[in-house]
Amino acid sequence: MAEAHDYKTIGTRPIRPDGVDKVTGRALYGADLNLPSMIYGKVLRSPHAHARIKSIDLSKALAMEGVYAAVSGADFPEAKHGEIGGEGGGDVADLAKNVMARDKVLYHGHAVAAVAAKSLSVADAALEAIEVEYEVLTPVLDLLEAMKEDAPLLDDHCFTKNLPETPDKPSNIAAVMQLARGDVDEGFAQADVIVEGEYNIPMAHQGYIEPHACTATVNEGGQATIWCSTQGHFEFRSMTAKMLNMEISDLKFIASEIGGGFGGKTVVYLEPLAVLLARKSRRPVKMMMTREEVFRATGPTSGTHCRIKVGAKRDGTITSATAWLAYEAGAFAGAPMGPGAMSIFAPYDLENFKIEAFDVLLNKPKVAAYRAPGAPQSMHAMEVALDDLALELGMDPIDLRMKNAAGEGTQAPYGPKFPQIGFKECLEAAKAHPNYTKPLPEGAGRGVAAGFWFNVGMQSSAEVHVNEDGTVTVIEGNPDIGGSRASMCMMASETLGVPYEKIRALVGDTESTGFSNVTGGSRTTFATGMAVVQACEDIITQCKARAAATWGMDADQVDWKDGQAVPAPGVNADVTPLSLADIAAKAGRTGGPLLGRASLNAQGAGASFSVNICDLQVDPETGKVDVLGFTAIQDAGKAIHPSYVEGQMQGGAAQGIGWALNEEYIFDENGVMENAGFLDYRIPVASDLPMIDCHIVEVPNPSHPFGVRGVGETPIVAPLAATANAFRAATGVRVNDLPLSPPRVLSALD
Amino acid sequence: MAGFAYVAPSSIDEAVAVLAEHAGQGLKAQVIAGGTDLLVQMRSLNKAARTIVDIKKIGETGRLDIGADETFIGAGICCAALHESDELKALFPGLLESADLIGSTQIQGRATLGGNLCNASPAGDTIPAMIANAGVCVIAGPGGRRELPVEDFVVGVGRNALQDGEFLVGLKFPNPKAATADAYLRFIPRTEMDIAVAGAGVRITLDADGTCTEARVAIGAVAPTAILVPAAASALVGSKVDAGALDAAAAACSQAASPITDKRGTIEYRRRVVGVLCKRAGAIARDRAISR
Amino acid sequence: MSKIKVETSINGETVEFLCEPQQTLLEVLREDLSRLGTKEGCGTGDCGACSVLLNDRLVCSCLVLAVESEGAEVTTIEGIAGENGLHPIQQKFLEHAALQCGICTPGLIVATKSLLDRNPNPDEKTIRYWLAGNLCRCTGYDKIVRAVQAAAEELAHPA
Repeated sequence: MAEAHDYKTIGTRPIRPDGVDKVTGRALYGADLNLPSMIYGKVLRSPHAHARIKSIDLSKALAMEGVYAAVSGADFPEAKHGEIGGEGGGDVADLAKNVMARDKVLYHGHAVAAVAAKSLSVADAALEAIEVEYEVLTPVLDLLEAMKEDAPLLDDHCFTKNLPETPDKPSNIAAVMQLARGDVDEGFAQADVIVEGEYNIPMAHQGYIEPHACTATVNEGGQATIWCSTQGHFEFRSMTAKMLNMEISDLKFIASEIGGGFGGKTVVYLEPLAVLLARKSRRPVKMMMTREEVFRATGPTSGTHCRIKVGAKRDGTITSATAWLAYEAGAFAGAPMGPGAMSIFAPYDLENFKIEAFDVLLNKPKVAAYRAPGAPQSMHAMEVALDDLALELGMDPIDLRMKNAAGEGTQAPYGPKFPQIGFKECLEAAKAHPNYTKPLPEGAGRGVAAGFWFNVGMQSSAEVHVNEDGTVTVIEGNPDIGGSRASMCMMASETLGVPYEKIRALVGDTESTGFSNVTGGSRTTFATGMAVVQACEDIITQCKARAAATWGMDADQVDWKDGQAVPAPGVNADVTPLSLADIAAKAGRTGGPLLGRASLNAQGAGASFSVNICDLQVDPETGKVDVLGFTAIQDAGKAIHPSYVEGQMQGGAAQGIGWALNEEYIFDENGVMENAGFLDYRIPVASDLPMIDCHIVEVPNPSHPFGVRGVGETPIVAPLAATANAFRAATGVRVNDLPLSPPRVLSALD
Repeated sequence: MAGFAYVAPSSIDEAVAVLAEHAGQGLKAQVIAGGTDLLVQMRSLNKAARTIVDIKKIGETGRLDIGADETFIGAGICCAALHESDELKALFPGLLESADLIGSTQIQGRATLGGNLCNASPAGDTIPAMIANAGVCVIAGPGGRRELPVEDFVVGVGRNALQDGEFLVGLKFPNPKAATADAYLRFIPRTEMDIAVAGAGVRITLDADGTCTEARVAIGAVAPTAILVPAAASALVGSKVDAGALDAAAAACSQAASPITDKRGTIEYRRRVVGVLCKRAGAIARDRAISR
Repeated sequence: MSKIKVETSINGETVEFLCEPQQTLLEVLREDLSRLGTKEGCGTGDCGACSVLLNDRLVCSCLVLAVESEGAEVTTIEGIAGENGLHPIQQKFLEHAALQCGICTPGLIVATKSLLDRNPNPDEKTIRYWLAGNLCRCTGYDKIVRAVQAAAEELAHPA
């Protein structure tokens, strides 16, 4: 377990440094930059899910009073192939075609043209004046149908990747993946009990409350400045540069405050369009999506079809497991089948398993990252199967998981051996939690499930400036989506020994700080935090040197203790300790301003495991499910700011519960999403949920100076199965498909 | 192309004149009360330019008049304001419950009974409750005033009985007699914010020994318009509104329903659940009538 | 298209503006008057991010025509803090970490003000139903409800 650390700041719950601006309406988000002479850009979207574009005529729109520019796919340079890193990566040529269709539209809502006009109403009218001629094609809307050999194709040049031999026929299956170990047949032969299931989960949206928005200006020299809501302004910059064939140095991205992302703001949609329109109109252009556009044309995560088979001995030891996982990619390749496949068995120590996964094109929006991309769907299948297995074996579901739990040294299904991890500790905490054993109301049921996410490291930069009065400014490059400025200031405070209140963090634009990958992959507190700690250590090194010079000692004769330079142990000197403020005040005389910096490609992001407990009851006459209680238990490594760790756990639980009960993309037979608004895409409202009890487990990540593991994504993984398992416990009926919407529930209860 | 315009007449005559003039010239004019449906429709479904006629500056549309025998609710009064009248809540708890179900607190700060009715959605929550309470529409037009029972006002999905130049001034409800009470229930997948998948409004009158002497049952979201279900009322009249009678009323509602399958529910689901809601609302109305 | 002149009061300050008849109060607040604290999450009254008080009644400013604010009193998030600093609701939202991304926060604070003005001591269920029209995707509402409870307590018994 964790060594006891006597931290001063870490583990406390101070007010976030950006808080006052966010409770007073001062904080500026993506749509909140208004500039002189600014005009408004709007996007024309395809009315068809699958069609060939025969012609686009912008002339009538351009002739309208108050219309300053109009663009279509022809205004883009040839789309270049190339991978863009980060959690929201993919082929930049596909991303470019997603930003603006070229020869084909591949989903209802796909962008085909854009205009810029003096007002929103004139822009709307201009869109109606654009003439597009389509040749309508048969839409491919069903996942399993899309995989068939004779299915209509989205892309005649799509040949399935990762097959042993390059196929000679194109397919809607963009890629496959396989993971295997041992002998699954032999494993099943040893099993006393085998459970199997097929599970369908529909597409779901991240549902951030802030629609995508940006404002772009381009000067006469071709240099562009873009203010936008993004999870990663450096990656937005590189995507935009590649799509518009620009030099990176000609693009400046300023990350506004971000009104939620959950992975959905890791790729560009509007920004390249705004740059093109601003260049053509020679005016600042602001673009804001409507909520309907957000649903139709951004982000969802994959709908899936999963098949699973798990065999175990009487004592609960799993002898074999297989999984077949099909993921909807939407219009372009890039479904999260990889992480889905890699995570499904990750909490367990399995000798024999085989996992096959498929990335499948169909005429739906291109999927984007959504909190632990791919894992909620695949792990729902495994965690439901384990519930069935526990029932068959007459075992407590937590005991069954403990029997097979991965620990330090277990070889993960995706390759490496786990270092110190906290899954067993989470299971123990769940078993011991009073919510696991407290009595249930009549007719209610309780379910448990486990969750997992890898977490990533990747590149981060940080600078630490010590001001003349000894206060500190931290500059880093990760948009603060849920309190990360607070955790940066806390880690700086702990490292420097300076009170938290004297430190402020700012998210620099792409010209004022070093490159950082996206705020995603649960990496910010881990990787960027590590950069901040190293930059603070750089400051300490400099301070010790300056104190040594002041005292006429060698630098190694000086220590840094409680925010002050002091003589090292055993160094006999009659000097007054020098605080950061003392050293800063004299910095001009000791070598100039104190500036610390660090950049890194962080390694060793520690996996974070969770166990969730859900209590619910079902109205047998209407099929309505009420969640009565929910308990989230998760290993945070070390919770820097426990309130914001709990916030991640609670928010992820709410998203998972929403997906389990009501959230789904509903398409008509033409591929038109029927519920493109918050009225009928039903995310949980305040009255839908109980308080969500949190228990933070702390098994330190050995790769981080404070033991931090990423915590942001794991919380959405377990709630799907925890809810489904509680439903089974309450009703005695197993429903394999989600969501557990009232009509589905009522027909299942018959 | 004619642009948008906005007028806020201060009298009924002025409003009728504006509406009639537009109708005469073939121009589109549309009344705004709370605007919670109108503004959403203008944003996406129907962006056509029109003259928006705000009726909230007219004295009578803001009038709430609880008389000895009947109650008048002006078409411009928002649902939140209705909730601030304890007297109204005591008289028509079911109607007020239905008004409380139109969207969020924010929506209730704007939405009106009159607007909910004129919008003529099959799923309008207040409509079954108003029908159960024998509500009457007070309509002003070029020919003067006329009245129409609520159940005859909505003539189809999104269509109402208003003629050119007419608008809804308010709604009248007979105050409940002794041992009479109403209730309204709807089903939605969440606890708030959704459109009704099915709804049922019930008003019951009991005699001294608890036998139902009069009943009105109306259902919503299960047919092109909210409908009165006389067979469900018949099942209750003469009974003690016990489980058997409620089951019979529920069956009558399921029978009377002609729902569709859409993103909010299936035919089978709506048919069943509307019966469940009738049964449950009937029991609530009965208990309220007993205690009144 | 002729614009209409409107005179209204925003956070106690008289404001005159010109607008098109179909423009919403939200659009005018944000795009013409640069009162940017009021946010747009949906434009259809489903998310509550644009909540303001109109003559002391909680409404979605996306469902109010700007012209309808003639002669009215509008209170936005910018009008919640006072001369002495943050309102207790704002302070408790901070102390309880009741925001993550913060985009829903202005609407939630305005809605909470409206609730506590009417009902100084709401129970958890009342809070949850009153705020059901304010969507938050980050927090799961737990810390928001606790912040509202703490604000009610603070307003009743100032520390």
